[in-house]
Amino acid sequence: MFASCTDPAALGDLHWLVCYLTTAKHLSFYASFGTVLLLLAVTAPAALALGFAGAVAARSRVLLLSWLGKGYIALVRGVPDIAFFLFFVIALDQGVEYLRHVWLCPDWSEPIRQGSDFRVCPPAKAPLGNAPQWVHEVYGFALAVFTFALVFGAFAANVLFGAMRAVPRAQMETAEAYGMTPRQSFRRILVPQMWVYALPGLSNLWMVLIKATPLLFLLGVEDIVYWARELGGTKTPQFTDYPHGDWRMWYFLFLLVFYLAFTRLSEIVLDRVMARLTKGQATLGGDAQRKAAA
Amino acid sequence: MSCYDTFIDYGLRSIGIGERLLPRGDFTLCQQVVLIGSGMIWNIYFGALSLVSGFFLATALALAKTAQTPWVRKPAEAFIFVFRGSPLFIQFFFAYFLFLSLKQSYPFFTPLTSATWGALLVLFFNTAAYSAEIFHGALLSVPKGDIEAASAYGFSPRLRFRRIIWPTMLRLAWPAYTNEAIFLFHATTLVFFSGFPATAQKGDALYYANYFADKTFNPFIPYPILAGYFILLTLAVIGLFGAVNRHLNRHLPTAPQRRRTGMVPGFLR
Repeated sequence: MFASCTDPAALGDLHWLVCYLTTAKHLSFYASFGTVLLLLAVTAPAALALGFAGAVAARSRVLLLSWLGKGYIALVRGVPDIAFFLFFVIALDQGVEYLRHVWLCPDWSEPIRQGSDFRVCPPAKAPLGNAPQWVHEVYGFALAVFTFALVFGAFAANVLFGAMRAVPRAQMETAEAYGMTPRQSFRRILVPQMWVYALPGLSNLWMVLIKATPLLFLLGVEDIVYWARELGGTKTPQFTDYPHGDWRMWYFLFLLVFYLAFTRLSEIVLDRVMARLTKGQATLGGDAQRKAAA
Repeated sequence: MSCYDTFIDYGLRSIGIGERLLPRGDFTLCQQVVLIGSGMIWNIYFGALSLVSGFFLATALALAKTAQTPWVRKPAEAFIFVFRGSPLFIQFFFAYFLFLSLKQSYPFFTPLTSATWGALLVLFFNTAAYSAEIFHGALLSVPKGDIEAASAYGFSPRLRFRRIIWPTMLRLAWPAYTNEAIFLFHATTLVFFSGFPATAQKGDALYYANYFADKTFNPFIPYPILAGYFILLTLAVIGLFGAVNRHLNRHLPTAPQRRRTGMVPGFLR
């Protein structure tokens, strides 16, 4: 990156380290932290939306819909999330390719599953075989986001389901007495009031989500874990200008510290949000706030 | 080859007993069920041992966190913060590479570079930290009157803790602790994907499920099998913890109509 870095072997320790930490690969490493933040930024609202849909389905009076919602919550929570990650990435990929195959090549006669192969016609490949590298990366990332949203949607559904039941029954009865339709009372009374009950569960979920982000590595995305393994491994002088021993321990220590700082920061922010939401609420927390102010 | 033969060959494959080579082609359903089931031995090993050993460390940490002296309280708080604040996946990676470099200078650390001991140690610390936080919360909610009554009866502090505080803490913490146990068993699937090598292809259930999915390129068989095993394991944990919960609460009057919902753990609700 810097002009003075052309001959690393001749540099002093500190200068060498500065040059080493600004190689092109290290810049990709730093950029991959952006990938993690992007994943969180996209997944959190998507999971919340899915969770809302799941909670509404589980509460539904229609038996089939209620089973669907409850089954979704129970199944995803009963099985290790990492198994879902590994499963969905292949399953979604094959599902997309299969749908495109049916759509694009109606007169393809060969079977799709041939022994241990999954063969769709070439134009149905997702992404296309001749697509540029970034399309592949974006496609892989999109699959990962969808998988994360699906798994954490179930956890969010569980939290929101509980929060909807925690809203005092009298509130809903009053809404009925005023002649609101179920739809109206749901939208005007239940949803605005449920958040204060949902927030502790949701903030807990956010912490779990942060701590699940390194699993991106298992989904084939070049994330921080990938780069930490890649950069930390022993480097011999033949292949790099910056030979060093096995430094993976230090790279992972850095990731550990990064996550600790991130969760600490989240904790502080979420505490503030909670303090703001409880203000004036008829809950234990709200009571304590009033007493502290008096 | 009949399914019985497959069972003999692969039933204990995950701990190195039986056929040396994994199946290579023409995968049968029986092979997948048996081999993935064999992998569950590891999940149960990691989960059960770390849970039992972690329980004691967790109690100690929870007590240390309530201590008045900062010399005792601060280290416990730091320990809990580090293990609860960072992803288990990163902890596994860091621990593995840490043991790997320690091994260079001290051969004492050699066993810890294997999943059998190294991953178990990480899981032990991890579950101890999470359980300690649960226990600490429960410890703070032990009714004050109970403790005062024990003092009034002339219980020594040690006896008071053993007879009054500790059982009440367990009783209050148990539902949350059940959840922690379930998640711990789920977390054991991470071990062989996080640096710790599966020597001679001796891996856990997810390792074999992943093996079959890679070889057959068909995720729709091995992963549902894995899911089935884990749901069974989860139900077993719930049953076991439920029995302990009933034992802990046996002195309390049971409200007959509340009982049914009370027995369904928070995890299924």
